[in-house]
Amino acid sequence: MSDFDETTKTLNFDAPNSYVGRSVTRPNARRLAQGRGQYVDDIVLPRMVHVAYVRSPHAHARILGIKPKKAAAMPGVVRIVTGAEIAMVVKPYVGVLTHLAGMRSPPQYPLAVDVARWQGEPVVAVVAESRAQAEDAAEAVEVDYEELPAALDAERALDPSEPKIHKEFDSNLCFTRTVDTGGVDAAMKSAHLVVEDTIHFGRHTGVTMEPRAVLADYNRADESMTVYHCGQSPHMVQGIVASRLSLDEHRVRIVARDVGGSFGIKIHTYGDEIAACALSLMLNRPVKFAADRYESFLSDIHARDHRVKAKLAVDREGNMLALEIDDLTGVGPYSMFPRSSGVECNQILNLTGGPYKHKEYRAKGTVVFQNKNMMCQYRAVGHPIAIAVAEHMVDQAAAKLGIDPAEMRRKNLIPDDAYPYKSPSGMRFEALSHHACMDKLLELMDYDQLRRGQADLRKKGVCRGIGLSSFIEVTNPSPMFYGVGGARIAAQDGCTIKLDANGSIIAATGVTEQGQGTETIMAQIAATALGVEMSCVKVLTGDTDKVPYGGGTWASRAAGIGGEAVLQASLALKKNILEVGAVILKTSASELDIVDGKVVKKGTEQGLTLAELARICYYRGNELPVDFQPELVVTRHYRVKDYAFVFSNGAQGCSLEVDTETGFVKLLKMWCVDDCGRVINPKLVDEQARGGIVQGIGGALYEHCLYDDRGQLLNATMADYLVPMAAEMPDIVCAHVQTPTKTSVLGAKGAGEAGTGGAPGAIMNAVNDALRPLGAKVTQQPITPEVVLRALGKVR
Amino acid sequence: MKAPRFAYARPASVAEALALLDKHKDDARVLAGGQSLVPMLNFRVAAPKVLVDINRIAALSGIKVTKSHVRIGALTRHVELERSPEIAKHLPLIAAAMPHIAHPAIRNRGTFGGSCALADPAAELPACALALEATLVVAGKKGERRVAAKDFFQGLYATALKPGELLIAAEFPLPKPGSKSAFGELARRHGDYAMVGVAALGSNRGVRAVFFGVGDRPEVIEADTVDGVLSKVGALAPRGDLHASATMKLHLARVLAGRVLKELT
Amino acid sequence: MNAPAETVEVELTVNGERVKRTVPARTNLADFLRLELELTGTHVGCEHGVCGACTVRVDGEIVRGCLMFAVQADGCKVDTVEGLSDSREIEELQSAFVLTNALQCGFCTPGILMAAQALLRDVPNPSREQIREFLSGNYCRCTGYQAIVDAIAAVAKARAGRAR
Repeated sequence: MSDFDETTKTLNFDAPNSYVGRSVTRPNARRLAQGRGQYVDDIVLPRMVHVAYVRSPHAHARILGIKPKKAAAMPGVVRIVTGAEIAMVVKPYVGVLTHLAGMRSPPQYPLAVDVARWQGEPVVAVVAESRAQAEDAAEAVEVDYEELPAALDAERALDPSEPKIHKEFDSNLCFTRTVDTGGVDAAMKSAHLVVEDTIHFGRHTGVTMEPRAVLADYNRADESMTVYHCGQSPHMVQGIVASRLSLDEHRVRIVARDVGGSFGIKIHTYGDEIAACALSLMLNRPVKFAADRYESFLSDIHARDHRVKAKLAVDREGNMLALEIDDLTGVGPYSMFPRSSGVECNQILNLTGGPYKHKEYRAKGTVVFQNKNMMCQYRAVGHPIAIAVAEHMVDQAAAKLGIDPAEMRRKNLIPDDAYPYKSPSGMRFEALSHHACMDKLLELMDYDQLRRGQADLRKKGVCRGIGLSSFIEVTNPSPMFYGVGGARIAAQDGCTIKLDANGSIIAATGVTEQGQGTETIMAQIAATALGVEMSCVKVLTGDTDKVPYGGGTWASRAAGIGGEAVLQASLALKKNILEVGAVILKTSASELDIVDGKVVKKGTEQGLTLAELARICYYRGNELPVDFQPELVVTRHYRVKDYAFVFSNGAQGCSLEVDTETGFVKLLKMWCVDDCGRVINPKLVDEQARGGIVQGIGGALYEHCLYDDRGQLLNATMADYLVPMAAEMPDIVCAHVQTPTKTSVLGAKGAGEAGTGGAPGAIMNAVNDALRPLGAKVTQQPITPEVVLRALGKVR
Repeated sequence: MKAPRFAYARPASVAEALALLDKHKDDARVLAGGQSLVPMLNFRVAAPKVLVDINRIAALSGIKVTKSHVRIGALTRHVELERSPEIAKHLPLIAAAMPHIAHPAIRNRGTFGGSCALADPAAELPACALALEATLVVAGKKGERRVAAKDFFQGLYATALKPGELLIAAEFPLPKPGSKSAFGELARRHGDYAMVGVAALGSNRGVRAVFFGVGDRPEVIEADTVDGVLSKVGALAPRGDLHASATMKLHLARVLAGRVLKELT
Repeated sequence: MNAPAETVEVELTVNGERVKRTVPARTNLADFLRLELELTGTHVGCEHGVCGACTVRVDGEIVRGCLMFAVQADGCKVDTVEGLSDSREIEELQSAFVLTNALQCGFCTPGILMAAQALLRDVPNPSREQIREFLSGNYCRCTGYQAIVDAIAAVAKARAGRAR
C-alpha cells in the first residue's frame, strides 16, 4: 500500500467538517459584487495604445490596395499596419487535428492578406492613443476591394459550380467522416417502423457580456511578452503566442484575471488578438484590443450551424434497433486554430443516440468551408444538436406507436447496471445512471399530473407541451481529445500547494475561473483534504508564471481533472505535514491527523496548529533534527487514463404553452437532473445547470445569426440578436444523482455544459408535444413564432 | 463603437436652439434623451458635426392639463409619463403603453418628443399620438405651427419637421366621457420593439385603432364597431423585417387586434 | 452662449466627490467614469444601451452610461457601484447576491445591482414576475436570472419584515 493510499484512507468526504458536498458561497464573489473585478479592459499600463481594425465589409473579396496615408496623419494615430506587414512577424497557423483523418485547412494569418474571406475579417490594424481616435482613423483608411463570388450555402458547398474558397483545395470540403456498425440497412429493412426527419439548427454565438479583450505588453529589453488575456486556457495561449511570434515560451507570460463570461468563445485563436500581440512586439509598448459588441458579433466564433437528416428504426414494441444520421455543417473559411472546426461535427457523430441501447448506427458528417464568420467550440459543443436529434426521433417513433415518451425512454435507455458499456459509435461509458435520473426527473416534474393537466387544458383550447430529453455529456477529457491530434493543449493538470509561513494554504492550479466557481471548489477540496478551514486557503489561477502547466477550463474538466490534481497535491502535502508533526510531537505519522487546522494525535486535541508547525519549519529549523528537511510545497499532476472521456449523464424536462394564434412559446418551468459524479458544491452545480439551460433556451427559441445572400450578417446588435432576458425565462428545478467516477479519488465529473446540451432537445420535444394533436411539427431551431405558425399552416 | 467627433452646444432656450439649428443646418442634430440618437453615433451611422443638447431648456418640460387638452412638453421623460397621475387619469392609453417602452433605465432619459421626432414605425408613442389625434407643436425660425398627428408621421423615420425646426410639445384633446382605450403589442422579449402593436380608442364616435410595427409608419383603421375595424385589418400592407415576414405581421395584426379591441366592448 | 466646442469642461459629483475634468465632448459617461476617474466597476458591454452593464445612477435615477455624454451630466450627482458599496447602500443586496450565487463572472453585476436598488426603492415588495420584468433591461449570460430573482426577492422580504 503506497503512502498516497494511506493518506487517502484518511479522506472522508462525508465527514462533518468536509466541505465537499456543501453549498459554500464563493469567496471571490464579494469582490465582484462591489465592482472590484479586474477585467482586461480595466487594466491600464504606461504608454499603452489602442488598436481598432478595418474589417472586410465583404464576404469574399480580393484586396487590391490599401491607402493608409490620410488615416496615418489623423490625431493620435501611432501606426497603421496592413495584413501583409503583420504576416511578416507572425507565423501562420493551421487549425487541423491529425486524428480527424483527412481534415484540411490552409494556413491562416491574423489579418487578411490579398483576400478577405468573411465579412468582419480584420484587414488593417490602426493603432492610436485612444480607441476613439483609432476608430476615427480606421474610417479614413481606404481599402480597394474587388468583390468575389461567395460560398454561402452549405448544401451547395461541394457543387463544382460553387465558388471555391481556397484554390489549393479541390473543393470546399474541410472534413468528412463516417461511422458505421455495418447492420443499419438490414435493421431498417426488417424494422416494424422507420421514422425519418430533417432538422435544421440555426447558427448562433456566445455573446459573452464582456467582449473579447487582450492587452499585450512586449518588453524589448528582456524580450519578454506579458499578455493580459480574458480567456480560459492561459498555457495554451502562451504556447501559441510564443510559437507564432517566434518568442521563447518561458519569456511569454499569460495572465487571465477576471473573465466576463467565456463559454468556450474565448478559447480560440483570433487574428485580432494575435495581431495585437504582434503590434506590441513591433511597437515595443503595450497594445490593448478590446472588441466592441459589433465586432464581437462579426468575429467571435459562431457555432451550431447544422442540418441533420435522421432515421430511426424501431420494432413493434418500440425498441430502438438502428439510428442513422447525416450531418452537414458550414463553418467559416478556415478551420479554427488550434482546436479545429471539425470537433462539433465529430461530437455529433460520436454522441447522437448515446443514451440508448440500439446496436446499429451509421453516421456521416460533412464539414464545409463558407464565406461566413469562423465557427468553433461553444459550450456543450455538438451536444445540443446530437441530443435534440436523438430525442426528437425517439419522440417521433413513440408518437407513431402510441407510446408515452417517458415510457419509450424507459424501454430504450441503457440499463443502469449495464456498465461498462460501449456505444455503437465507439464511446466507452464507465458507469451512467440514465434510469435513476429519468425516474428522479419524472418524480420532480410530477409527470403524470402534468399530463393530466395538459389533457384538461386541451379541452379548453390551451396548448401545453411536455418534453423530455436524456443526455450524455463529455467531461474530464483525456489526451484523446486534442493532444493526440497534435494540438498543444494540455489534458493533464497540476496543482502546487504549500503550507505558508503563517499556516495558510496556497494552492496554485492550472485550471481557470470565469465565474463558475473553480477557485471556490478547489479551496473546498484542499480544505477538506487538509483538514483546515476554507478561509485559510488561497487559490491561485490564471497566470502562467504562477501555476503548474495545465489545460485551463474547457470541456467541463476543471472540477474533475483540476480538482483531482488539487486533491492529490493536498493529500501529499498532508503526508509531509504529518511527517513534520511526527518529528515535532515525537510520534509516528500514522498516529496523527489534521483537524480544524491543528496537527493532533488521532482522537485527541493534543498537538500543534499548522501556524505553529509552519513557524518552526520556516523560522526555527534549529528545533528540528539535523537530518530532517520539511518539504511544505508539493506539486501533483493528474490526467484521465482509463477512458477517452468521463461521461456524465442526466435528464431534462420542459413544460411550456404554445399560443397557437401568435406562435409564441411560453416556457412555464424546466427541470434538470444531472449526474456529475461526486458533487463538490451543489449550489454551484445547480447554477451551472440553470445558466447552461438558459443558453440552451437561447439556441432553441431565440438566437440566430442571420446572413443575407451576400454573406452580410444582418443582426449584429443586441437589439436584433435575441439573447434570453429575465422576463421570458422560467424557474428551473435542479436535482442530482451521484455516480462518482472511479477514474479518480475525487470521483467528480464535469457539470458546466450539461444544461446547454440537454435543453434544446427537451424544448423542441415539448413544442412538438403541444402541436402534435393539431397535426403540426417543427424541425428547426430557433423555434420562432413564425416557425410555429408555418408548421400550423396559419402563415404561408 | 466610440462616437465620432462632434462639437457640442447646450442652448438655454428654444430661441437659442433654433438659432444653432439655423446656423449649422444639416451639420447639426438635436440631442434630447439620446436613447436612439447616441446608439446611432456609437455605430457611426450618424455623424453630426454639431450636437445641440436641448435637455436643459426648461420650457420644453412638463405635463399640463387644461380644460380642453393635456399638453406634454417634448422633453418630458418617459418615466414622468409613466408616473404621472394626470396621464393615468386623462390619457390612459399612454399610461398603458409606457411599460412596453424599452426598459426603466431607457425610460428615465428617453423623451416623448424624441420618440415622436424619430418616428420609428415600431414605436409606441407615435401610435398613441395618432390614436388620440394629438396636435404636434413645432417651433421654427418663423414661429410656431401646429401639425395634426395624422400629418406628422410621414414614413420611415420621416416626419413633418422641416430642417431647422424643433418639436416642442404635443397637445392631446381630453378624451370624451365614456371613451375607452386599449393597448397591446407582441414582442419577442419584454421591452423589445413591437413585432406588431395596437393602440385603440373606442367612443360613441366609433373605434379608432392604430397599428404599429406593420409598415413604415403607424396606420389608422377606423370603423363604427370593433368588428368593422377587424374586417379592415386585411388592408394593412406590412413589410417583413428580421423577426417576422410580411404575412406573419399581417396575421399577428389580425390576432392582436382581435384580442386588444375586445377590451373596448 | 459659447460656440459649439469639441472639448468641454465637465464638473459633477461622483460618489459624493466633486470632480472637474476637461474632455472631448464625445466621451460618454461610462467611459468618463472608467477612463478619467478610473472607476472601473461600471462596465461596457454593448455601447448601444441594450445590455445594461453600464447602468449608473444620475440624480437618483438609473441610466445607461453608454448613452449619455459626460458633459450631459455636468452639475449632476452620479453614483456608481463603488460609491454604493462604500456607502453600504447596497450592502444587503450584495450579501444576498453572494448567498444565492446571483453572480458568476460578475460583469453584469454592477448594472444589475443598480437596477435592483432602483426597483426596491420604487416597488418595495415586488413579485417574482415584477422583478423579472424590471430586470429585463439587464443581460446576464451566466446565471439564467433565477438566482438574481431569488436574491432580490429575499432582500425585499427582509426589508418588508423589518418595516413591520
